[in-house]
Amino acid sequence: MAVEQISLSGRKKVVSNKEMTFIEKIYLLTILKGLWITLKHLFRRKVTIKYPEEIREMSPVYRGQHMLMRDDEGRERCTACGLCALSCPAEAITMKAEERKPEEKHLYREEKYASIYEINMLRCIFCGLCEEACPKEAIFLTKSKKIANADYSREDFIFGKDKLVMPLEMAINNTKSNTAN
Amino acid sequence: MDTTTFIIEKGTIIVVVFAITMLMAMYSTWAERKVAAFLQDRVGPNRAGWGGLLQPLADGLKLFTKEEFFPNTPNKFLFILGPGIAMSTALITSAVIPWGDKFHIFGKDVVLQATDLDVSILYIFGVLSIGVYGIMIGAWASNNKYSLMSAVRASSQMISYEVAMGLAIISILMMTGSLSLKEITIQQAEMKWNIFYQPLAFVIFLVCSFAETNRTPFDLAECESELIGGYHTEYSSMKMGFYLFAEYANMFISATILSVVFLGGYNYPGMEWAEQNWGVNIANIIAIAVLFAKICFFIFFYMWIRWTIPRFRYDQLMNLGWKILIPLAVLNIILTGIVMVLFN
Ligand code: SF4
Ligand code: SF4
Repeated sequence: MAVEQISLSGRKKVVSNKEMTFIEKIYLLTILKGLWITLKHLFRRKVTIKYPEEIREMSPVYRGQHMLMRDDEGRERCTACGLCALSCPAEAITMKAEERKPEEKHLYREEKYASIYEINMLRCIFCGLCEEACPKEAIFLTKSKKIANADYSREDFIFGKDKLVMPLEMAINNTKSNTAN
Repeated sequence: MDTTTFIIEKGTIIVVVFAITMLMAMYSTWAERKVAAFLQDRVGPNRAGWGGLLQPLADGLKLFTKEEFFPNTPNKFLFILGPGIAMSTALITSAVIPWGDKFHIFGKDVVLQATDLDVSILYIFGVLSIGVYGIMIGAWASNNKYSLMSAVRASSQMISYEVAMGLAIISILMMTGSLSLKEITIQQAEMKWNIFYQPLAFVIFLVCSFAETNRTPFDLAECESELIGGYHTEYSSMKMGFYLFAEYANMFISATILSVVFLGGYNYPGMEWAEQNWGVNIANIIAIAVLFAKICFFIFFYMWIRWTIPRFRYDQLMNLGWKILIPLAVLNIILTGIVMVLFN
């Protein structure tokens, strides 16, 4: 067989440029065929997901909004090493490090912590590389289905620690359920 | 009949017909979006009111509150006149449509027709051909080359398809021997619909009516891919609304003409029986409902076609009009003549 005729996928089609038959030329019959196809669609199930009321089913590996984790004692895990920012392909993360004071031991796990930690949600592509890079298991992409609301200003899409750090009650609940088992 | 009752009677009919035409045109815009959505497996407008039923009102409100933009045109008067002509020609056609036979109210017969002109078909054709002036004048006054291109297209398209349309109607006139729509309707009583006797004329008329109302596949006048918005590129606010509204009013009217001329108008099988047993009024209420069912079918058909067939190329359009439809229509006239001579 000549090389041009081989079709590995089995779906190769030779383009035909044949003359239209008389019936095709009249066009009326083909219109009726088309009408029949569209009519069948009239009674099909609609594929629209009515968003605010219905929420699309997410894949099990779905990656949603980030969360900066706390450890069992409720302390922030992040040590401001900057590896997440370095690994981020979208340059979405910035932070500012600070040294922990002795009286802040109950707040931060490591001696250095991030006093400012910002992710620009307009830049982020939710690839999850920050999560992979983090040596302290401090940042995770959650399965949160909340989608960032539309807004007028770009500044509102830069999420700071107030939106990123895990809420305290959640940390307390986690610790409780962990110690219970 | 004395003048006052005459004026009251006709006035009522005119107002009612006007209101119904407006209402139908309004809800055609809603139906168009719904049909489009359903044919594409979508839901369509469903936020304003139940099933999106208040959508046309919301649209109207929006159009009214939009800024009125005037292009740098030397002739503002013509710019305003354009949509006005488009709208009024779309509305005055309905004057000669027989909506039903008659009602029997207060001991007298009320004919359900604004006026029974004995040349109503000629009247309709006359008004239809004025319709193109609305587009022409508006587009020309817009001072925009795309609008002008679209106007040239629209007018040449309408003129060519009017010929075929008129020729298609002639074969009907040969059979009925009358130009009055009322007379034509009466002759189609008891399922003697013209579509069964003149299928070819029906097809030709149908195709031409698509071209006359500027609907897909013949909507070359507002072909977005080439002409931006076509003749209403420069229009905004309610003037734009008038153009769009006129298109839907036109659709309603041509659906009505199609049902009256070819599908027997308000006739339905058993109308005479209903008149004798249930009385004139009930029989005629059913008759109006039947006519509207036919009209709604045609309106749906217009939309169905729009979401099925892509737009023609301009040369294809002209080919179809001059080289196929007109010879076919002439052939149909000859055939009708031969058959009439042989069998009468
Ligand atoms: S998910 Fe990807 S893009 Fe978003 S912040 Fe993390 S590394 Fe950057
Ligand atoms: S989140 Fe992790 S990788 Fe990023 S700075 Fe904090 S500790 Fe380092």
